[in-house]
Amino acid sequence: MDQTQLSARIAELKANLAALSQQADLLAAQVAQTAAHGGAESAGHGNFFVVGITVFVLACFVGYYVVWRVTPALHSPLMAVTNAVSSVIIVGALIAAGPAQFSFSQFMGFLAVILASVNIFGGFLVTQRMLSMFKKKGK
Amino acid sequence: METLSALLYLVASVCFIMALRGLSSPETSRQGNLYGMVGMTIAIVTTLALPVVQSYWLIILGIAIGGGIGYVIANKIVMTALPQLVAAFHSLVGLAAVFVALAAYYQPEAYGIGVRGAIARGSLIEMALGTAIGAITFTGSLVAFAKLQGLVSGKPLVFPFQHQLNAALGVLTVLLVLWLVASNADAAMWLIVLAALALGFLLILPIGGADMPVVISMLNSYSGWAAAGIGFTLQNNLLIITGALVGSSGAILSYIMCKGMNRSIFNVILGGFGGDSAAAGAAAGGGERGTVKAGSPEDAAYIMKNAQSVIIVPGYGMAVAQAQHALREMADQLKKEGVEVKYAIHPVAGRMPGHMNVLLAEANVPYDEVFELEDINRDFQSADVAFVIGANDVTNPAAKTDPASPIYGMPILDVEKAKTVFFIKRSMASGYAGVENELFFRPNTMMLFGDAKKVTEEVVKSME
Repeated sequence: MDQTQLSARIAELKANLAALSQQADLLAAQVAQTAAHGGAESAGHGNFFVVGITVFVLACFVGYYVVWRVTPALHSPLMAVTNAVSSVIIVGALIAAGPAQFSFSQFMGFLAVILASVNIFGGFLVTQRMLSMFKKKGK
Repeated sequence: METLSALLYLVASVCFIMALRGLSSPETSRQGNLYGMVGMTIAIVTTLALPVVQSYWLIILGIAIGGGIGYVIANKIVMTALPQLVAAFHSLVGLAAVFVALAAYYQPEAYGIGVRGAIARGSLIEMALGTAIGAITFTGSLVAFAKLQGLVSGKPLVFPFQHQLNAALGVLTVLLVLWLVASNADAAMWLIVLAALALGFLLILPIGGADMPVVISMLNSYSGWAAAGIGFTLQNNLLIITGALVGSSGAILSYIMCKGMNRSIFNVILGGFGGDSAAAGAAAGGGERGTVKAGSPEDAAYIMKNAQSVIIVPGYGMAVAQAQHALREMADQLKKEGVEVKYAIHPVAGRMPGHMNVLLAEANVPYDEVFELEDINRDFQSADVAFVIGANDVTNPAAKTDPASPIYGMPILDVEKAKTVFFIKRSMASGYAGVENELFFRPNTMMLFGDAKKVTEEVVKSME
């Protein structure tokens, strides 16, 4: 009597377990799907957007106050140096050109590296040339 | 590793801020430029150390090619051609932004923003914006370059339905961005590039040569916003910070230039200014005019030598004639005679912000003798001589007295208040704005006709 009752109970539990595991599988699949689908957007991207826009707005304010203090006599060097500095876009170009195997993206990256380098070297050098003219003239 | 590189990028951002900060005075400016170079080196080395970057030889080749070209150009360029150079450099930043955005679009995995064909929506918007601004900067700067270099006429190019066409292109670009976000289709991305390229071209075409200082500043600003847009796509704070710095810098310069001409930025963008010079000149010529008194270089030399103070007002015409060195010699002669010499610079005296200051500095004029409009305007009433060389519109009193004048409201240098005014001009032709200058007919004005450099040299000769 005890024996049969026990085995029946075991069979019941086994069935429960199978159902549970099936449900767990389903849940896991669902989680994976949301992670793949929305995760990149809401968790990964959304967070960065808030951080990025914060940084962006604050940097605009820094730029505003710093640039107003630039003396008008040096506005040309200011343009040349901001031009050189904006070539920091080379960071993105380097990552694109980085992979070992060839691809369209790598080619684009390579071209961007060349263009940005022209700007970096040319921009800083021409700024330096200009600024060296603004030395105090000894009498 | 990721934390370390983020921190190093932060250091680079601070270096860039210091670079701009250094420009608040000539003494600190060279150190500032050094900060800029250090910042850029840190940014590049940090990126090269990232695990995704492996093809070092290819990258070194790219930097060597680009760097070599940049080095040669920067060393060879003459300072009068500075505006063209800056315009050309802006176009490169714009094009680089487009390339980086395309690279990210075709290989989003490298930047962790999704997989090919299924890029996160937010990233697609940012990517599209960065691409569009980059493309506009590219073609816009090319047109500005061609106008400044004299490859095409500096005259504004206007045709019917221009603004409608531009507006339609703008709307089309926005629709394409929506399409891209909805479908992630390659065609949408490429069409955005094409539409923005056309838009940049058409936007700058109608803007005349006189407005070039504003245009260059504006494109400077655009190149910054493009970098910031790419920064959002790549989720990189360094690019965002730098882009914002450059963007606001260009915007402020545009504002200053617009104020210097008393024009609104919309007025400049809509373009067409300075095209109807013949009509305006004819209209102004109808009024009563006195007689023009033409003098010789000897007269000018005599009067200036016996003056107490002379204020020199250089304009772009001086730069075109390459008269800055002769001008400095003249100033040296005058100083030897005990005459006080100062230079007055109008905000829009050159072809880009601060251009005239660089040209004078190149001719070894000490920068503490060079003054901005608001600092020197009061001194004209006590000055004996105002020596206007290659400038016209920026001295025209019509800007104050004649509400019908196209330059009405523009801040001017009050040369009329000086006891004697010399104008060195090739002819009686009107300036960029196409307005006649009544100052030419005043009794205390003496015209010195001829090439700015030749006349100045003759003045120097008769002083010796």
